Amino acid sequence: MSFLRGARRFLLVSAVAYILVKALFLSGAVTEYIQQIVLFSLIVILASLGLNVIYGYTGQFSLGHAAFYGIGAYASAYLTHLFAVESPLPFIPVLACAGLFSALTGYLIGMPILRLRDDFLAIATLGFGILVKVLLDNSDRLIEVLGGSRGFVGIPRITNLELVFAVMVFLVLVTRNLIFSKYGLFWQCIKDDELASIAFGIDTARMKSMAFTHGCFLAGVAGGLYAHLYTFLHPSNFDFLKSVDFLIIVIVGGMGSITGTIIAGLLWVGFIEGLRIALPSGMLELRWVFIPLFLIILMMVRPRGLIAQKESRLLGIDRAP
Amino acid sequence: MELLGYILQQLVNGLQLGAVYALIALGYTMVYGVLRLINFAHGDIFMFGSFVAYYLIAKWQMPLPLVFMITMAATALLGLAVEKVAYKPLRAAPRISLLITAVGVSLFLEYFLSLNAIFTPNYIAFPRPFEVVDYDLSLVAITNIQLIIFSVTTASLLLLYLLVYKTKHGRAMRAVSHDHETAALMGINVDATISFTFMIGTALAGIGGILYAFAYPQINVFMGIMPGIKSFIAAVLGGIGLVHGAVLGGIVIGVSEVCVSAFLSSTLRDAVIFVILLLVLLLRPSGFFGKRREKV
Amino acid sequence: MKKIWLIVISLCLAAAGAAQAKEAVRIGLICPLTGDVKTFGESSKNGFSLALEDYGKTGKYAINPIIADDRNDPTEGANSALKLITQDRVIAFVGPLTSKVAIPVSEIAAKYRVPMITEGATSPKVTVYDGKRKLSVFRACFIDPFQGRVAASFALSDLGAKTAGILYDVGNDYSRGLAEVFKSTFEQGKGTIIAYESYQKDDVDFSALTTKLRAKKPDLIFIPDYYNKAGLIARQLREKGVSAILIGTDGWDSPELPKIAGNAIIGGYFTNHYSPERKDRVAQKFIDRYRALHGAVPDALAALTFDATMILLETIDRVGKPGTESITQALSGLKNFHGVTGTISFDKNGDAVKSAVILRVEKDGPRYVTTVNP
Repeated sequence: MSFLRGARRFLLVSAVAYILVKALFLSGAVTEYIQQIVLFSLIVILASLGLNVIYGYTGQFSLGHAAFYGIGAYASAYLTHLFAVESPLPFIPVLACAGLFSALTGYLIGMPILRLRDDFLAIATLGFGILVKVLLDNSDRLIEVLGGSRGFVGIPRITNLELVFAVMVFLVLVTRNLIFSKYGLFWQCIKDDELASIAFGIDTARMKSMAFTHGCFLAGVAGGLYAHLYTFLHPSNFDFLKSVDFLIIVIVGGMGSITGTIIAGLLWVGFIEGLRIALPSGMLELRWVFIPLFLIILMMVRPRGLIAQKESRLLGIDRAP
Repeated sequence: MELLGYILQQLVNGLQLGAVYALIALGYTMVYGVLRLINFAHGDIFMFGSFVAYYLIAKWQMPLPLVFMITMAATALLGLAVEKVAYKPLRAAPRISLLITAVGVSLFLEYFLSLNAIFTPNYIAFPRPFEVVDYDLSLVAITNIQLIIFSVTTASLLLLYLLVYKTKHGRAMRAVSHDHETAALMGINVDATISFTFMIGTALAGIGGILYAFAYPQINVFMGIMPGIKSFIAAVLGGIGLVHGAVLGGIVIGVSEVCVSAFLSSTLRDAVIFVILLLVLLLRPSGFFGKRREKV
Repeated sequence: MKKIWLIVISLCLAAAGAAQAKEAVRIGLICPLTGDVKTFGESSKNGFSLALEDYGKTGKYAINPIIADDRNDPTEGANSALKLITQDRVIAFVGPLTSKVAIPVSEIAAKYRVPMITEGATSPKVTVYDGKRKLSVFRACFIDPFQGRVAASFALSDLGAKTAGILYDVGNDYSRGLAEVFKSTFEQGKGTIIAYESYQKDDVDFSALTTKLRAKKPDLIFIPDYYNKAGLIARQLREKGVSAILIGTDGWDSPELPKIAGNAIIGGYFTNHYSPERKDRVAQKFIDRYRALHGAVPDALAALTFDATMILLETIDRVGKPGTESITQALSGLKNFHGVTGTISFDKNGDAVKSAVILRVEKDGPRYVTTVNP
């Protein structure tokens, strides 16, 4: 079972976490609102993991990640609408398709733009993100049910704790295996020094594309889970600010650390949602004043991320199988 | 004849927009030239300029020339502050850290200024201190606003051109944009030059902010985002780091935007601009006037 | 000795007081306190508070209000609704007031069967979607198909327009819906739509569109958007020398409109829910109190929120035991409620059957022109 090799600790931790969370949900100690937040944080972690592969491991600065998240969300919702899917089991192929659709889009857009240098790549991905948003805003001109700027309503609520956990564990393992394979090694070489990597004979274009495509796949699947959790989609959910959200999680969690992304994702969503509950409505607008300040200070003080190498042994996922 | 008049009119509209984009693009291109940094916050400094002008005109009824001078000084100071506080400490850091910081500065400016205690998140009507006058020239009609925009932009460009190509400071800027270390070896104070460049660039953005508010008299703290991005695209289109590139790029983007709106559909206007960007980046990344230097 | 008597008396009073203490009931309000239509949210909150104050004097229960800010953003609204329902456990809520936020929120309200009364969202999709009625969702204002028809008919018959241009925000369901209804009604009435142009929310440069309209010379231009955009467009239209009559919808109702548009909007018409000149006892009393408290004449949203809240509060008093089911039941049979904005009855879709008014923008504020009955 080379797929699961060395994953014992991770699987154990995941199982325990699942049992604890499930018990908490069943006991009625937490409201549905909080349950939704927990599921949402796991979904955000998955999408951020995608960005981590693109940026944290391979060093490609993408500011348009939310676009792929959105594409996956809309694609999955359209498919469940088309095929009248209502339950988790037939939903899994839908998720896979949504992920693949996002990945394909990522692959196609990546072909021309991934060869650009960081700052230009940033603007290109930013531009792509805006393009996608314009497309989504007008989506009902192509396909009525997508709703365009009215939003896509009536999506069946299929996402539940079991589905999210299962999908996450699976995809985290897949990603881990990729990272500790030769591909992952190439990715990190490219991040460290692209020119030297080329000199070494690494097909950087192909490797960069692979990382990007995989990252978009994860974002697409996450989007699919999101759509069927909130049962409502609106293009404004998938704008630049959402991309920044993912970016912050990747940076805070430490680029190149899966554990870091997981912990940072939990902390981040918890923090944002916690503020929503804790702060009186007048102070809520202060959130987005402190977040960028936090980002700036982080860049000055700890550019490699908040969660150092030491802690990443916690979940047993950041080491070679 | 009618059709010709219609097309010409749309071109004039495009030039109006393009002139403002050119002013903002100049700031981007100059900063990029010396720092190789896309100052994401540039669009927000442009916005700040509009707001400063708003307060000067609406609350203190200042005469126009004074408004221009104070706004330019305010935006220049803001640019200086941003450079010293956020960018300078990271000069040696990997470029991506700098980019992320720039994103952070941009977001911070937007949201901090949107607080009710500071400015406000609403749309504010910008009071034009003069009436709009339409000059009918048989084929086209030009408003006094457009004349003001064209003249101020042209004057600023000429002054800038003189500065960059005919003065010692300008030579220092060009030297620093080539190579920091060699410039330092030549006795140029690199830090001071960079700061100076920033200030000039942001002062221009301030002028752009006033002119934009004259033309489209409704300001809002998030108004700088799209013009900022489009101006950056304009700078890239013309050749990033080049003054004439920024001007050409600005005009092309402005005219394209208006033409798409006029002849295709308004909803496509942003989409087309980004398609233009992608095409430029793929086919001629160094821009129209740019030399084929390193692979971008 | 005296001390003991004092204690006994205070205890008796306290017990009496406790027995008199009203049972607490939680209701919510979702409105845009921040964001691009902030003035709507403020008006709404004012109307809500005034209604609570009135109720507090004679009502049966102690109302615990929870106000949530939706920032005119659908996701924010959905989150607020979920929090109000599952976390704060409100038994009903008023709002949201824009259709784009109200549509997803109504889905949530319907799912949890919590009664919701929107005071200003005019899109039909709020109460009925895909042919299905969302049972606990109600609306205290008219819907856009009615509003668009009123505007178009007024344009055709009262203003005698033969040709019209329509400018709408493609990203806003409210704007789009109205544009579509206006177009079909106008064309049915043998008018011609010679321009049907869309723009985006963030656009500020309308020079291309205004130049187009100048070339086509319509009699009238319909701008179904909120005051900030409508004002900007009106100004640019006049600057480009377009002299068509301007007509709009309830989104124009804001004191900010003349500030943004200046003289450009004077002489324009718009459909609205009520006019402060309405000669009605209940309306005048509300207007006077609002004016005394806030120093301004209440706009339609303040009045509508007041009405929606009063409907809710009255229903809470009427039912035996206030709960989500009982209130929903009671609301669906609402007939002839005497509100500030008119007599309100809910039809089978939970929508209010009400008249619309047409107002004309004048230098010192909107002036009443006429009423159109459904």
